[in-house]
Amino acid sequence: MIKILKYSFFDLIRSRWSLIYFIFYLLLALVLLFLNNDISKAIITMMNVIIILGPLIGIIFGIMYYYNSLEFTELLLAQPKKRSSIFLGQFFGLALSLSFSLVLGLGIPFVFYGLFQSGEIWNFVSLLWIGFILTFIFTGVAFFIALANQNRIKGFGMAILFWLFMAVIYDGIFLLLLVWFKEYPLDTFALLSSVLNPIDLSRVMILLKLDISALMGYTGAVFKNFFGSGMGMLSSISILVLWAVVPILAIVRKAKRKDF
Amino acid sequence: MIKLNNLNKKFGKLEVLKDLNLEIRKGSINAILGPNGSGKTTLIKCLLGMVIPDSGSIEINDKEVKGQWLYRDEIDYMPQIANFPPNLKVKEIISMIKDIRNRDARDEELIEYFGLKPFLNKQLSNLSGGTKQKVNIVLAFMFDNPLLILDEPTSGLDPVALLKLKELIAKEIERGKTILFTTHIIRLVEELAEEIVFLLEGKTYYQGPVAGLLEKHDAKDLEHAIADIFSTHVKETAE
Repeated sequence: MIKILKYSFFDLIRSRWSLIYFIFYLLLALVLLFLNNDISKAIITMMNVIIILGPLIGIIFGIMYYYNSLEFTELLLAQPKKRSSIFLGQFFGLALSLSFSLVLGLGIPFVFYGLFQSGEIWNFVSLLWIGFILTFIFTGVAFFIALANQNRIKGFGMAILFWLFMAVIYDGIFLLLLVWFKEYPLDTFALLSSVLNPIDLSRVMILLKLDISALMGYTGAVFKNFFGSGMGMLSSISILVLWAVVPILAIVRKAKRKDF
Repeated sequence: MIKLNNLNKKFGKLEVLKDLNLEIRKGSINAILGPNGSGKTTLIKCLLGMVIPDSGSIEINDKEVKGQWLYRDEIDYMPQIANFPPNLKVKEIISMIKDIRNRDARDEELIEYFGLKPFLNKQLSNLSGGTKQKVNIVLAFMFDNPLLILDEPTSGLDPVALLKLKELIAKEIERGKTILFTTHIIRLVEELAEEIVFLLEGKTYYQGPVAGLLEKHDAKDLEHAIADIFSTHVKETAE
């Protein structure tokens, strides 16, 4: 697996798209830092970008990479290697190369701006961690969808729909339900539904980390209560990790039975 | 060397292999022929473990291969379409495959033979189709394994490279390798193959020397014999 990961990573890191993705983060972080003059605000804006863009890029790159390298994958399948190590190698190669663009693109401007002197270092680390885990989750889901669909158009469509659902539609349904059932106590429901969607969960975690949950009113207090406790933090991190692990297991399972 | 027993494979409703039986002797040169959709590629992919048969057994060197992967270390395979990671260099892709197999290879000899030296430091996305195919050949032949599987080996090659490939295959034949190849080019079959495996609708229709097939169909050359098979086959299904 490591060998395939290594070469996939080198292939991807040299691609034009990795460079564009890196430059995008680099420019955005630079602009935000020097216009805002406030690391904390820059982190919040960055968060809003990352939790939407990270998953989208993960989904699109995952689908495109799988389909584009299918013929080469067939050549790899004829080598004395286990199937799971081939697909996991490619998946980690892609997820790591995207994370690499993210870390460098954000890291360079923030470090130059004086991140280490600012006391915001842990907030920045959480931002990176969220970017990381979202990239892994959505790249994994994209890989699984691609493996499950021979038809490229269908695969691409399903992957985009999955992203759209998680990033946009889910929140819409969530808000509608809140409005419809406003007579009932909804804080447990609100908590549960935010925890189940990795994008929402990431957003809530960062908001709480930055201590601006007061903006969220009573629900914010409930959230703070939950996430502030060791148990709440642990369970939300576990859910994110679970979200990342399940697609990987699904990839392994699917790859074992598939005909190429 | 290779033994296939009652191999069945369905893709959805399409039955591609139907109770296919086949035995390939060690050291024999086999051309796998058949109309489109007769199961040639599926057969090869079953041997390599890329397609998992619904039932039946595949033995290579007296070992069942289902669910195994290490047996592939003794097989050299050349796929029909050469498509490589676009941003790797030629020398990197060669070292990648060497790395995966973790074995010595005669890559330098083959690079020299196909004149690929000037391309070693070029990215694979910048190569022409023919040059990619040459890289494909190097990757397939460099481990010097006893079993060679070639899927349409001549596609996309210029005449000079084609000649070189034929010479290379001829050398491998002399060295006693077992070779399986598919092609639509009848000349190549006549020049190289000792035996023909003719597939029709997922079954072995004929296996044996070229002469036997000519006799069976009372034809003067292979082209006519194949045309005869095609026409009788079409008649049969039309009835």
